[in-house]
Amino acid sequence: MQGVLRQDGRKGIRNIVAVAYLVECAHHVAREIVSPTRDNAHLIGFPGCFPNPYAQTMMERLCTHPNVGAVLLISLGCESFNRYRLQRVIRESGRPVQTLTIQEDGGTRSTIDKGRAWVAEQVAELATVPLVPMTVSELVVGTVCGGSDGTSGITGNPAVGYAFDALVNEDATCIFEETGELIGCEAAMEGRAITPELGKAIRDSVDKAAAYYATLGFGSFAAGNADGGLTTIEEKSLGAYAKSGSAPISGLIKPGDIPPKGGLYLMDVVPDGEVRFGFPNISDNAEIVEMMASGAHMTLFVTGRGSVVGSALAPVVKIAANPEMYQRLRDDMDINAGRVISEGASAEEIGQEIFAFVKDVAAGLTTKSEALGHTEFILTYKSFDPIGPACLPV
Amino acid sequence: MTAPDKRLLLLALQDNVYVLRGAIQAGEPMQFPEGTTVAPADLGMGHKLARHPIALGDAIIKYGTQIGSATQVIAPGEHVHLHNVTSNYTRTHSLEDARTVDDGDGVVLGAGPDP
Repeated sequence: MQGVLRQDGRKGIRNIVAVAYLVECAHHVAREIVSPTRDNAHLIGFPGCFPNPYAQTMMERLCTHPNVGAVLLISLGCESFNRYRLQRVIRESGRPVQTLTIQEDGGTRSTIDKGRAWVAEQVAELATVPLVPMTVSELVVGTVCGGSDGTSGITGNPAVGYAFDALVNEDATCIFEETGELIGCEAAMEGRAITPELGKAIRDSVDKAAAYYATLGFGSFAAGNADGGLTTIEEKSLGAYAKSGSAPISGLIKPGDIPPKGGLYLMDVVPDGEVRFGFPNISDNAEIVEMMASGAHMTLFVTGRGSVVGSALAPVVKIAANPEMYQRLRDDMDINAGRVISEGASAEEIGQEIFAFVKDVAAGLTTKSEALGHTEFILTYKSFDPIGPACLPV
Repeated sequence: MTAPDKRLLLLALQDNVYVLRGAIQAGEPMQFPEGTTVAPADLGMGHKLARHPIALGDAIIKYGTQIGSATQVIAPGEHVHLHNVTSNYTRTHSLEDARTVDDGDGVVLGAGPDP
């Protein structure tokens, strides 16, 4: 395995130019800029015109993600996003950065032309960067599940759990999430925490999620989950929980917190305080984006119903839980964990397959969603308090 | 830890539900601990059937853990799902209503949240 060494010591498994719009009004221009170089330049951004500390932090973490080698910021010019600070953070990280302001750079056509020229230069430059050796212990791997059904908790999720065990065993950093989809698992998780104080913090985070979703009137449960045989949020949760494997839980982080050392971490994605901006994560990609903001080099995505999404910046490994769906959507799926049901394979065996695949992807293997050009990205308003003192391992 | 019928999966010994390994058709004979019964409906992979008689208010046990409570008496072999189980946390939203509600002009209405 080899990676691109960054100034902060982290290593990237890709070397991508990020093109970031800083308000929806700059989205079209930014999209046009990446279109000729979509394999090497990815579009990210924040649509809101009102300032938001969460969004600011997320954009700073994403623009300095280890897989990102250079950043072009696209501002309309009058939005409230603090582009000066974002540019400074990126420059201080050692990455080339350029800001184009549509209102000052001559409007749509001229900004697109300037942007494309800058991106082309950076892509050529990044292709010459030498790689350095990288070990599994330097990897950060996230996991999410989406489009879950009655097979997810039996096949794909426990298989990811075994892969996580193997990764943590080699001192990699693994992150699982969605406290709103771990409702009912709080007692079990508390028992796995490395300290009683962390256990209490984990329990509190799930209580917070339950209260938050109760206020909204919906659990984190989509109609397709029920069609696929899942009946309640706690049933879905138990299936989702299997992704965490059996390692001790070393910490509880919030989006954008970067784990200080290897081990298994839970990400608390539910905002703090009263319900303000709506649903915690409006769709699966919002969760993938938060994993990336906490440094995930790639995300293991388990799907039963058949999600086809990928992501900007960091590869998504698609793990089919349902063997019937795998047959229909095999061009989108990297791993067929449905073999647990259709062929009597063990979840552990599939977990080893996933572990090997993770190492291949880190070494440069293209995932299905990357090959198909999937670079979904979504970032919306949220608000968080900082994590408590007991949440990180010492 | 095996089920009496190869179309069924038993995930934990304490479970009072089985999980379907594949789609079944209504009326198919199926083997249960109490004897032969017939499949209650056309059901897809991953759906649950009752393993034992379940009383009103009883815990539904899957993965050896409670996943909800019975809102009706459930007989062995019956489909265990939204119509006879409730969450002990938040109510489940599905599009079942939307599929069946038709306002007459062929337009299917969405199921909004309950007030």
